[in-house]
Amino acid sequence: MTSTVQKTSTVEQGSRKASRVGRPHAVWALPAVLFFTFFAVVPMGLALYLSFTSWDGLGDPRPVGLDNWKKLLDDPRLTQSLTLTVVLTVASWAFQTVVALLLGVWAAGRQRNRAVLSAIFFVPFLLSSTAIAILFYALLDPNFGIIQADTLGSQSGAFLAIVFVGGWQFMPFHTLIYQGGARQIPEVLYQAAAIDGAGRYRQFFSITLPQLRHTITTSTVLIVVGSLTYFETVLILTKGGPGTDTAILPYLMYEAGFKQYDFGYASAIATSLVIAATGLSLVLVRLSGFGSMRSTREGM
Amino acid sequence: MESNRGRTFSRRWFLGAGTASLATAGLGAGLTGCGSGGSGAGDGKTVTAFVYGDDAVKVQQAAVDRYNKSAAAKKAGGTIRLQKVPGSDYSPKLRTAMGSPSAPDVFFNWGGGSIRTYEEAGKLVDLTDIIADDPVLKSGFLPSVLSAGDLKGRHYGIPMRGMQPVILFYNKSVFAEHKLQPPTTWDQLLDINAKLKKAKITPFALGGSDLWPNLMWLEYLVDRLGGPEVFKRIQDGDSEGWGDPAVLRAAELVKQLVDDGAFGSKFTSVSYVNGGAPAVFAKGKAAMHLMGSWEYSTQLGKFPDFAKSNLGWAAFPTVEGGTGDVRNVVGNPTNYWSINARTKNKDLAVGFLKECASEAYAKDLVANGDVPTTSNAKKLLASAPNPEYATFQYDLVEKAPAFTLSWDQALGDALGTKMHTEIGKLFAGKSSPSEFVTACKGLK
Repeated sequence: MTSTVQKTSTVEQGSRKASRVGRPHAVWALPAVLFFTFFAVVPMGLALYLSFTSWDGLGDPRPVGLDNWKKLLDDPRLTQSLTLTVVLTVASWAFQTVVALLLGVWAAGRQRNRAVLSAIFFVPFLLSSTAIAILFYALLDPNFGIIQADTLGSQSGAFLAIVFVGGWQFMPFHTLIYQGGARQIPEVLYQAAAIDGAGRYRQFFSITLPQLRHTITTSTVLIVVGSLTYFETVLILTKGGPGTDTAILPYLMYEAGFKQYDFGYASAIATSLVIAATGLSLVLVRLSGFGSMRSTREGM
Repeated sequence: MESNRGRTFSRRWFLGAGTASLATAGLGAGLTGCGSGGSGAGDGKTVTAFVYGDDAVKVQQAAVDRYNKSAAAKKAGGTIRLQKVPGSDYSPKLRTAMGSPSAPDVFFNWGGGSIRTYEEAGKLVDLTDIIADDPVLKSGFLPSVLSAGDLKGRHYGIPMRGMQPVILFYNKSVFAEHKLQPPTTWDQLLDINAKLKKAKITPFALGGSDLWPNLMWLEYLVDRLGGPEVFKRIQDGDSEGWGDPAVLRAAELVKQLVDDGAFGSKFTSVSYVNGGAPAVFAKGKAAMHLMGSWEYSTQLGKFPDFAKSNLGWAAFPTVEGGTGDVRNVVGNPTNYWSINARTKNKDLAVGFLKECASEAYAKDLVANGDVPTTSNAKKLLASAPNPEYATFQYDLVEKAPAFTLSWDQALGDALGTKMHTEIGKLFAGKSSPSEFVTACKGLK
């Protein structure tokens, strides 16, 4: 609060000084904007364009109007794929949020060995997701793996494996977010609660969780969007199988694009994923009140 | 407050759009990132050749090294650079490269349906006249194999690897231990299955997660039940051909095998490409393996002792009540080199293709356990690492009244992929034989 007051008074002192010490100049955003334009906006625009064409990767795309979109709605595999994608997203969210939140809060403390263990926990996130998927594929091999059960041979097994491997990989990242969030919670709140006689669990549910509300939103948006675009693990672990039991939307997109060479149809799936992810992010942000940027520390 | 709301909206919008755009990044990168890798059809001094990068690639590498030092290459003024593309990524990598400025000049393919879209896009050199005018190419290959990869009666490829019929491999020591003989009829096969299961041995290894190994079963069963005409009709574009009783009966036999545990209970998560199925077979956990003839060189590379002493082979059995000839073969007649129409140095590329008709090349193939499709092949087979196996293969193909090209290769990528999906569902028990037939009829 105090810093805002100071800034307001600087602005009042004169516009020249304000431009020097106030908000950063727009040019500073240029590298990020350029990067975002070339690697996100332009490909997105291209995908949208391609979704109205028929293109096999050779020659020029041929406009076909809404054909790909009609085909998408008529595709018998769409319902299954959509359901799988939603279930995967929810399962990944539940798994990663619960574990990452607990780990993050723990890692924010001052226990012995905390720094060392936190560093070790972070390692999976540094590995390439392809390498992780290949590693788990070998571990889960039905004949020569460590378990030797047919984990990937049933729908539930294959699905759980995908959720677990994804969680194992991305949990460290969300742990880090929660660790940062938990560190921000003022110590005085806990001290006051302790004086009032609140125990460990009461403190967690009445102070830590509410204070982490915005952190949870951030982490949730990242998990949801990440799950919607989750792909390489599925490709390597199950190839969408057994049968089509784990063929989530991004995998369907890959199959249409890089196996059937129907880039128009693949782009229609890609575009619908963009729309879904954007919509979901907006809804999440609105529901959580994150957008209004209300402070969790009002009145302190 | 009002302006503050506006600003947060746009910030929110950016957050949403920014994270969401990651969704397209995958596909977008694939489409826009074609420009990387390979000098391709650039200056004509270096001609790039894409090859399927498996254990057999050393034969092509030796040919490139030999050709680059030859007088023919010097005359054409350049060298060939071989780019080994990992097997499972070969087709998509080739497709993206062919649509980009850095396309290969020469590339490995399966002929037929696998190159149809390239031909339609005007990307292939028509080799028909070049072959007719060149004595080396004209008389260099078995005519049936040369034309097996044709499109509309024109040649677009030169045979460059061994013949690859699908063969019923068996583990000799397991068969000897349980006093079994390779089956010549379907009833015998079922009988063997029962005996093996009693001994707690999986009858057949199957890399079911790759899907194409499953396809081999249907290809042979449909051929044995209804002859090569059944698939010929489908290949020619009549999707009602899937309604032939032979297809339904074949699917029913497959279901019976699956339900019976003939492939074990874990086959849907076993892969051939990553070495799972060959290992199951070589280690005696499974007694038989229906696979392309490359199984021999795969085993030679991974389990040399097994390949040399315990690997047995037989033709696919006849099926009672079927009308197909038991001598018929399915598989890939061979692989081909095709030339990109945009190459800057066609002479160099054609010269390299001639190298594949040379005796040195055929000898390398033979040494690798392959049976070349060159006309000089037969006399070389005596020097094969396993002359018995080489001769078996050569005779199998030579005597076959019909050699049906693998269905996925014959149908091309778009249909082939969808057919794989349906076959995967059939084998995984997710669809019944009649549902399989209905689904295949609807493929387009």
